[in-house]
Amino acid sequence: MSTTQSLDEPLVIEPVGSLLPRISIPSLGNLPNRFGRIGLGIIFPLLLLYLWQIATERVWLPPQLLPEPAFVWETLVDMVSSGELAGHLAVSLQRVAWSVLIGGSIGLAIGFAMGLSKSAKAYLYPSFSLFSQFPVIAWSPLMIIFFGIDEALKIATITVAVIVPFAVATYKGIENVPVKLREVGQIYQFSFAQTLWRIALPAALPAILGGVRQGCMQAWLALVFVELLASSEGLGYLLVYARNLMQLDVVMVCMATIGLVGLVFDFALGFVERHFSRWAPKGR
Amino acid sequence: MASLKDKLPAIDPRGFVLPLLLIVVWQAVTSSGWVDTRIIVPPSAVLTAGWKWLNSGLALESIAASLFRDASGFVLGAAAGITIGLLFGTSKLVNNVFGPTFHILKHISIFAWIPLLSAFFGRDDLAKIIFIAFATLYPVALATLEGVRSIARNQYEVADVYGFTPRQALFRLILPAASPQIITGLHLGLIFAWLATMGAEFLLASTGEGLGMTVIRGRAAFRVDLIIFGMLIIGTFGMLLNELATRAETRLLHWRGHAR
Repeated sequence: MSTTQSLDEPLVIEPVGSLLPRISIPSLGNLPNRFGRIGLGIIFPLLLLYLWQIATERVWLPPQLLPEPAFVWETLVDMVSSGELAGHLAVSLQRVAWSVLIGGSIGLAIGFAMGLSKSAKAYLYPSFSLFSQFPVIAWSPLMIIFFGIDEALKIATITVAVIVPFAVATYKGIENVPVKLREVGQIYQFSFAQTLWRIALPAALPAILGGVRQGCMQAWLALVFVELLASSEGLGYLLVYARNLMQLDVVMVCMATIGLVGLVFDFALGFVERHFSRWAPKGR
Repeated sequence: MASLKDKLPAIDPRGFVLPLLLIVVWQAVTSSGWVDTRIIVPPSAVLTAGWKWLNSGLALESIAASLFRDASGFVLGAAAGITIGLLFGTSKLVNNVFGPTFHILKHISIFAWIPLLSAFFGRDDLAKIIFIAFATLYPVALATLEGVRSIARNQYEVADVYGFTPRQALFRLILPAASPQIITGLHLGLIFAWLATMGAEFLLASTGEGLGMTVIRGRAAFRVDLIIFGMLIIGTFGMLLNELATRAETRLLHWRGHAR
């Protein structure tokens, strides 16, 4: 999907439902059919699974370090059906939601201020760019002192992680609003509110949505970190707790859940972003 | 509107207002006695603690230990990332077989690997360096892949016409043509590596030295002055690494300006 060129090539007649996708792989340059590609992609995970099974059967590693695949699956089913996984997941998602709400609002405000007003930019930009270079992780020990290790700590840390991508995307989005559009606004003598609602916001929306996606991904990253660092519930907590008890089956289930949520975030927000960037102004 | 001022490349004094205000408020709040100075320590205490720490010799050891982990992890991760990117980019088969797994695994938050890594490799330098390498690998591999894929077909054809061996194709066509993206990926990898170094030192705190471990121990001992100073040092090194990478990037990619 990287090169549009290969997608536009004349259709190769697909052996529909072929169970032997390997045969249909053409040499370099041709696009294997979709079934073939999916089939190929599954081979490696299946091989890994097989290897994992063999490794546990022959006890290459102690079972505490490498639990049986079936056992991990059982754990997953157990945790899903008992609602344990959903409970921790809900806690984590709630934290992310609050942080994205708070951090997103602050980030949008900073981004709009820097994008719309030159003097706001002069005051804010140097401090902001300094702030944005400090990794959120480095903040966390100080945050623990200020906020304790409760809910406030998580919300504060994740919020800080969210502010930067939101602000940067908003600022850049507004900065790149075509001059033509701004001039039209001036000719119509738009008020500030009108300029904001009718010109800046619609024109910068695709960029802002890019920031939303970035912000949510950052929030998820920061959430896992802060929950690993200090927490009493949530996916990250469960991960550490299970690790301390050497229940690696639970660890693996948590990792898979974290990955799945990341995947869903990425796809859903990427979809929204693409949908709205279709009507993005192209002129500069 | 001070539009003329904005156009000047000189430093705008208005940029200093906010940081200065912060320091003044900080100093005022702590010296007035309104707050518990154990929690909000005065700026002077941060500087004193920092100065003592810098002179103790422990500072140098910590910084050296962190930079060593950072560099080892980065080099390993970058080498692996470039290799993976090249393999994925040049071979459709490799890409189709391993690509989906690679791209799915990317969605697992990087820090979520730490508990598993610690179960296998303990909490010492080995686990930390593996983690840092892993954090570096993804941005570098993805950028390399993008670089290799952006090579135009006619460039490959030229290589074909000249009868390049695979080795020649790699060193004379693929690597040079993909170098802008690779270098950008390395830059990103460097930032990630530093982040991962701190993350690993926080989450896998062990007996050794390191900037992150100094800060985390400062927290355990409730030494807020040391925490703040440590944070400043961590941030400064992060910025230095970033600056270094930016300079190297512009210098290494200088030739592109002429090529066009």
